[in-house]
Amino acid sequence: MSTPTPEVVLRLTDVHRVHGSGETAVRALDGVSLDLCAGELVAVMGPSGSGKSTLLNLAGALDLPTSGTVEIEGVSTTSLRPADLAALRRRKVGVVFQDLNLIPSLTAAENIALPLELDGQRVSETRRQALAALDELGLKLLADRYPDQMSGGQQQRVAIARALVGERRLVLADEPTGALDSVTGEGVLTVLRQRCDAGAAGLLVTHEARFAGWADRVVYLRDGRVVDSTEPAGMPRSARSAS
Amino acid sequence: MTVRSSVLALLRQGPRYGARIKADFEQATGGAWTLNVGQVYTTLGRLERDGLVAGETRAPAPDRGARTTRGTVSPASPDRPDSGDVTVTYRLTEQGAAEADGWWTTPVDRETPARDELVIKLALAISTPGVDPYAVITTQRTATMRHLRELTRRKLALDPTTPGGTAPSTSADRLVLEHQLFTVEAELRWLDHVEAVLSHAPRERKHDEHPDT
Repeated sequence: MSTPTPEVVLRLTDVHRVHGSGETAVRALDGVSLDLCAGELVAVMGPSGSGKSTLLNLAGALDLPTSGTVEIEGVSTTSLRPADLAALRRRKVGVVFQDLNLIPSLTAAENIALPLELDGQRVSETRRQALAALDELGLKLLADRYPDQMSGGQQQRVAIARALVGERRLVLADEPTGALDSVTGEGVLTVLRQRCDAGAAGLLVTHEARFAGWADRVVYLRDGRVVDSTEPAGMPRSARSAS
Repeated sequence: MTVRSSVLALLRQGPRYGARIKADFEQATGGAWTLNVGQVYTTLGRLERDGLVAGETRAPAPDRGARTTRGTVSPASPDRPDSGDVTVTYRLTEQGAAEADGWWTTPVDRETPARDELVIKLALAISTPGVDPYAVITTQRTATMRHLRELTRRKLALDPTTPGGTAPSTSADRLVLEHQLFTVEAELRWLDHVEAVLSHAPRERKHDEHPDT
């Protein structure tokens, strides 16, 4: 599943994030370090308020750490001016939320092409890339459908295609299966897993252990700290509970 | 109880001999549970005693000696093993058919909780001084999560849409694996829940390793 010499796409080094100050300060993240390599899908689990959303926001450069560094493809998010940060987000990071991912007035292909168009690419070229992205996921027939003409599972799969269009390799998925039934949810996970097997890096926040089971590694957060992490795939396994 | 009901359900599809019942059971459950032939014949013997099944002995072929496949319930046979074939075919009696049909309309009993080592271990961990229940939970969660990933991998290998996958999506293997997946997921959710309840509970005892917030 992982490449022989894994390339780090996302690196968090001793990341702290404190909201507020003084007595009301909340430590949302408290010294988290994490590497996410190309070809790898990592699941993040933990109770509400454990720091999962903060972690995702920092990984997507939507928020900056109070201390420590977040590097996306080797570029530290704290080193950039706001305009460059926005460009980094647009070019390198795709995000999939629980719902409302697609713009209702645009077709599937147009939705996928949008980030490329915003980046100044020619429309014919963005359309070509969008169709290729859909084709790779076996969703070509959906190209000209609007979101309200697609099922929830189809919309999520299109959202994953958009998250990884162009040169983007990092997909951050925040409960992408949350609103779906278990079989449809598996269809979404299948697509996410396929994209990671094809070289993308995925960070999946989920509260459903069954879906976390699709990841190469599972990180548990509690009170802003990593309290538990299963080993990367491919490494020797220690004794496993059989029953 | 499960073996008895399964045997009745299989016989409801038509008469069978013991080895066939074993094979059909294992195929239907994706090979997750094996049934030894002795167990099958013990069950058949009890069912016969209770008037739910009737055995019918077929004479051995003339050129082969008699060999009983009836196992433990077979009365001492004058024929030596391996010297031929006496196949006992079992069919349901009317009463047996009624019981087999009744199984489908009766829910499985969940009233009596199974004795579970993990539940007992955690209960003791919470009440034993010097044992950190959070550490017990964390250790178990890591192991259970690994097991869940292993089950997921096995399930994906069964999926015909993944490379190397073969079985149709409704196969018995998949059914059984998915049951295990849901069970393991439930255990993880329960561990999370216990951990959350513990951390909100009034401090009855010290948990030095666990932060308060």
